[in-house]
Amino acid sequence: MNARVATEIDIRTEGEFARESYLSEHTVRSWLLTTDHKRIGILYLFTILIFFAIASVAAAMMRIELLHPTGGLMTSETYNKLFTIHGTLMVWFFLIPSIPAVLGNFVLPMMIGARDVAFPKLNLTSWYLFVFGGAFATWSLIRGGVDTGWTFYTPYSTTYANSHVISMAAGVFIAGFSTIITGMNFIVTTHKMRAPGLTWFRLPLFVWSLYATSLIMVLATPVLAMTLGLISLERIWGVGIFDPNLGGDPILFQHMFWFYSHPAVYIMILPGMGVVSELIPCFSRKPIFGYPWVGCASMAIAILGFLVWGHHMFVSSQSVYAGMIFSVLSFLVAVPSGVKVFNWTATLHKGSIHFTTPMLYALGFIGLFVIGGLTGLFLAALSVDVHVHDTYFIIAHFHYIMVGGMVTGFMGGLHYWWPKITGRLYPEIWGKLAALTTFLGFNLTFFPLFILGYLGQPRRYHVYPPEFQIFHVLSTAGASILGVGYVMPLIYFIWSAKHGRAAGPNPWRATGLEWQTSSPPPKHNFKETPVVTGKPYDYSAEKDVDLDLANL
Amino acid sequence: MDQFHLFPPQASTSAQEVDHLYFTLILISLFFITVVFLPILYFCIKYRRGSAADRSNPLNGSNLIEVGWTTLPTLMGLALFGWGAVDYFRIERKPANALQVQVVGKQWMWKVQHAEGKQEINELHIPVDRTIALTLTSQDVIHSFFVPAFRVKQDVVPGKYTSEWFKPTRPGEYHIFCSQYCGTQHAKMIGRVVVMQPEAYARWLQTGEQTESIVRSGERLFYDRGCSGCHSPNSKFHAPLLQGLYRKPVPLADGTMVTADDQYLRDSILQPAKQISAGYDNIMPSFSGHLTEEEIMQLIAYVKSIGREESPDQGKP
Ligand code: HEC
Ligand code: HEM
Ligand SMILES: [Cu+2]
Ligand SMILES: [Cu+2]
Repeated sequence: MNARVATEIDIRTEGEFARESYLSEHTVRSWLLTTDHKRIGILYLFTILIFFAIASVAAAMMRIELLHPTGGLMTSETYNKLFTIHGTLMVWFFLIPSIPAVLGNFVLPMMIGARDVAFPKLNLTSWYLFVFGGAFATWSLIRGGVDTGWTFYTPYSTTYANSHVISMAAGVFIAGFSTIITGMNFIVTTHKMRAPGLTWFRLPLFVWSLYATSLIMVLATPVLAMTLGLISLERIWGVGIFDPNLGGDPILFQHMFWFYSHPAVYIMILPGMGVVSELIPCFSRKPIFGYPWVGCASMAIAILGFLVWGHHMFVSSQSVYAGMIFSVLSFLVAVPSGVKVFNWTATLHKGSIHFTTPMLYALGFIGLFVIGGLTGLFLAALSVDVHVHDTYFIIAHFHYIMVGGMVTGFMGGLHYWWPKITGRLYPEIWGKLAALTTFLGFNLTFFPLFILGYLGQPRRYHVYPPEFQIFHVLSTAGASILGVGYVMPLIYFIWSAKHGRAAGPNPWRATGLEWQTSSPPPKHNFKETPVVTGKPYDYSAEKDVDLDLANL
Repeated sequence: MDQFHLFPPQASTSAQEVDHLYFTLILISLFFITVVFLPILYFCIKYRRGSAADRSNPLNGSNLIEVGWTTLPTLMGLALFGWGAVDYFRIERKPANALQVQVVGKQWMWKVQHAEGKQEINELHIPVDRTIALTLTSQDVIHSFFVPAFRVKQDVVPGKYTSEWFKPTRPGEYHIFCSQYCGTQHAKMIGRVVVMQPEAYARWLQTGEQTESIVRSGERLFYDRGCSGCHSPNSKFHAPLLQGLYRKPVPLADGTMVTADDQYLRDSILQPAKQISAGYDNIMPSFSGHLTEEEIMQLIAYVKSIGREESPDQGKP
């Protein structure tokens, strides 16, 4: 990609820990007032892990409660608060910022050969807003929680719920601005800060996917902000907007909410696809198959994704004809995702495939995402959706996409860039073991839920008919395996950040610009601005390289 | 009801239709899983690092192939859409000659009233092989009336009438679930449908204390609540006669036309100022808050029933 061909770098000679790096300063102040995109990425990483932990504890408590058909461990109220905590924190305080704000912040500027993002101070502001929003959300939990579900459906949320809706809505509202700022920053950075020679069709696909994601963030999130604002108006001052007793329309809320939230589900998958588009070429040592198609598919998804929100409302009393239009568009939006999967598969052809930890995650991503995507067709098919809407079929479907897809992609990316982020290697054996454990645990947790959903088990039920128990027991068993799979990386990452072996600038012999600087990178990324002369993913499968970290 | 199953019972005509599409979708999914996972598996083995496979002249893209695997899924998607849409259209359209049942949802129970007047809570007794049409509304938040064995579901929205129909094909007992989260006891807003042979159903209707039909209750309310004081030929107020109104087009004061369906009748009673009939003054008081959802449904049933009799066009200006 660059004049200096990355694959030629000999990791054995350069395998030392860069002494002067963005990590050199150690004061608290140097972290809290940093404008370095790499440090901000790490601040985000720690923050979202806290929320992931809380939300996972909530999930674990739900899964334990669901072991028995009559529940019994907790009251209905507690259960309702748990799934609300789980849903809100996972969506807004973990998954949406996960890949964009952590990995995107860290590598996007380096991938395009820039010294930082376009607006470094805004970038820090965005993190503070996120923390501030998170504080509101946490405060509403401490004061007793919210029981509306993450969807805040009216008029329940505005008139009937007795929980702390306003502080939670305020938290999400504020965190939304952090998302908007990050998106705007990425868009400007991609337009304005590319290295000389780095034309649009030479960009790494991760950059394309972040660009598409940022467009959604900037265009959709304001609608969420307005919707939450209107909820507050109605709840605090009784202004009739959604509650029919006040002359409002509850269905209007659903239109507004899903106008944001459907595009938002693409915020929760496109970045994962971008990561996989980096991993597959690197570990099959081949350029990606059909580069322009994969890049444009991201844009097609981002645009079409704005036109399908009504598929969440097929039984809401929306007009039958509107339902049909939303259904046909939903089938169409599935096509570009399919195109991506086919291109990844074709990339493996005649490759030289290395089964490293990131590659295992990438392959796991494809497997789980295909199942999540195909079950999406069931939901787009009108008559079948009437039956499975609001059942565990939906729960299974979106966990396959959000956890099986996005979280797997996040883990893959984290392992891939970990040597760059910390300058050190994680233990490869443990990495592979964790990847395998999460894959198995995930399927055991969520596959039975498809069957359960088709049987008719509604979501948000903690007591249920006894014939459904077997599926819940399987799911809870799977969840405990999945939990182990997530705790393992936590332990070895922490260990490796101090004790891991030095990684050198390019342990994967990858061609991206981010690998052309030392690990961890210097404060301003590059000693001299790189110049790009060719296409990305300039790999050759015919040249054998050893990428096994254990042999390093 | 409580044995181990992989599929829910098929107990209505639409259950079969939905299941056909469901099984087709499973087959199509298996097809795509095969065309994606088999090559991945094959490539992963054949082209694993260090294998002796031939790696010369790799292909890095081909517009022909791309167009192919874009078009094929698109066409398949359109076909699936068509299939689902046709069935959906049938599921969403209320058929004629159905047995009418009124359902009111509230936190956290289902209140059911049959046309004959019989009422029940969290239970729905119906005869087999008859088309049943539910008119649904909620008196508080949104609920959803879901019968998995019938593969039907419809949100129950406050301030609005929605409808749901099914034709049970097998006697038995089936779950009713509220599937839209509606607050604390949402998981306990459940009940059962009892599908019975027609004779058993007729006998069941006779049990319990004798009730008057919905239309009869509506008629009583029409006089007790003073509707008849205005809406009658010899009233001293200038108000339209309601005979023959149902399903007729009504000219409004603002020049538009509406069809007098259930929702229009409901709005006329609760928010009379919203749509004023052409030629009349806005003198009808709102009955919002003075009638329960059940009473409104009864009044509407009455207005609909007098709609069937032919009436001279008295009272119209
Ligand atoms: C004070 C007299 C008065 C009373 C009492 C009254 N209405 Fe009316 N109603 C009117 C007038 C005048 C109109 C026409 C103007 C309008 O559309 O509001 C009307 C319109 C209607 C309509 C729409 C008719 C059409 O042709 O579009 C319906 C239905 C109706 N009323 C039902 C009722 C019912 C049911 C009650 C009893 C709960 C009731 N009304 C009580 C005066 C009255
Ligand atoms: C890691 C293991 C996980 C388990 C065992 C788990 C389990 C569950 C359960 C039991 C429910 C509630 C079902 C209901 O009663 O409606 C649920 C809902 C949900 N989960 Fe998870 N989950 C996990 C991870 C995640 C992750 C990582 C995300 C997102 C990043 C996520 C997002 C959601 C959302 C959005 C809901 C819907 C909440 C709602 O209905 O309001 N989950 N999950
Ligand atoms: Cu959607
Ligand atoms: Cu409910």
